[in-house]
Amino acid sequence: MTGEILLKTVLGGALITLFAIFFGLIFKGIDRKIVARMQMRVGPPIRQPFLDVIKLMNKETVVPENAIKWIYHASAIVCLASSAIILLYIPIAGIEPLLHGHGDIILIIYIFIISALAMVVGGFSSSSPFATVGAQREMITMASYEFPLAVVIIAIAWKLSEEIGGDVFSVYHIAQNPLWNSVGLLGFIGLLILLFAIVVVTPGELAKIPFDVAEAETEIAQGLLVEYSGRNLAMFYIADGVRTFAMASLITALFFPYNISPLLKNYISLGDFAIVTDFLFFLLKVFLIILFSVTLVRAGMARLRITQVVTTYWITITLIALFGLVLLMWDNQLDIPLPWVG
Amino acid sequence: MNSGSCNGCDIEIIAALTPRYDAERFGIKLVGSPRHADVIAFTGPVTDDMADKVKRIYEQTPDPKVILVVGACGISGGVFHESYHLSGPIEKILPEAKCIYVPGCPPRPEAIIYGVVKAWEFLEGVEKK
Repeated sequence: MTGEILLKTVLGGALITLFAIFFGLIFKGIDRKIVARMQMRVGPPIRQPFLDVIKLMNKETVVPENAIKWIYHASAIVCLASSAIILLYIPIAGIEPLLHGHGDIILIIYIFIISALAMVVGGFSSSSPFATVGAQREMITMASYEFPLAVVIIAIAWKLSEEIGGDVFSVYHIAQNPLWNSVGLLGFIGLLILLFAIVVVTPGELAKIPFDVAEAETEIAQGLLVEYSGRNLAMFYIADGVRTFAMASLITALFFPYNISPLLKNYISLGDFAIVTDFLFFLLKVFLIILFSVTLVRAGMARLRITQVVTTYWITITLIALFGLVLLMWDNQLDIPLPWVG
Repeated sequence: MNSGSCNGCDIEIIAALTPRYDAERFGIKLVGSPRHADVIAFTGPVTDDMADKVKRIYEQTPDPKVILVVGACGISGGVFHESYHLSGPIEKILPEAKCIYVPGCPPRPEAIIYGVVKAWEFLEGVEKK
């Protein structure tokens, strides 16, 4: 019995990690292609990230003389590993995640912090002044986006405990009981506002434009990663793709956990292909979330200054998220039904 | 890297990155740190002051690497040929480096992209070995 669970965890973990790396890189390629098309360019082929990783693997790995070597190497591994672990907790296409239990949504937020912290530690240990500035900026960004993100998650969990109850801090439980089905008009608007808040948090979480102050190429020479090269850089590169995929999957699980197969069953019989269609539909949802929260924002905006990042998250987005929370609370008291239902 | 050039070549390098020429369609990307680079583009005839920096940038880049010498200055000194303050051209400072030369004063962006693609083919050959 224990052996079976161990086998399942190890094999499943390895499979999900490979799957996350593969799709993380594919989505990275699609992202680059779309940005190029939006700038009237041809853009690189979609398999370009794979070529980049192979190239980086073949390159020399330079370690700076003054770096703390074991931390310098370890932080690359920790960053990739912690990004991959997130996927073990998130239900993919409505399938029960490999590891789950009460409170795992809080754990997911912490693992996101660990992978960002690994980059910070790597930056500090590499002894470059650019990396030190980048690491400090990354910490400030982290401190500013965690608060609105926490508000969003607390709001969802609180509403779920009011409406349905059960293990409200479990992602799988949230994904099985989509809140959209049980709220009234005010709650619906509140959820839309929370969705907006988490979509704005996403580029900060993933260090993408306009919140990529920590990795600003032109200001501080790629910041955190300035000294990294070869295999270590490849690991950070993959980890970035995996984090993007994990964050989009988290939003999918929180806000759009619906599957398409129950809808299609009315028209055609899918049989065993139901899981395949669900899976493809899941990838489509993840793609749309990455498109709206990363790609379009990246192509359309310039980089903010670090003070502007803090103001945006601490004041604007936190207020917006709190307003969404208040709307969800009013929804319980006023209970206005949705106009298009009954 | 600008090693004392007149900025003409630098502007043409920027032109090669614009949507019209779009170097990224070959997967060519500008990076912020020599540690991330495969190809270093040098412009200019390498003045006495810059010679040391050219060496350092070259050494900071991880192997395998190629130098892309953009413009006539890097080949022979160009219009600055036999000037009193030159320690270049680049092959005198980095005799062991693999150089790809893009002639012209300044070269056209097409020529620069062609040079980068040549460098990239060379690097792929190194990887296979």
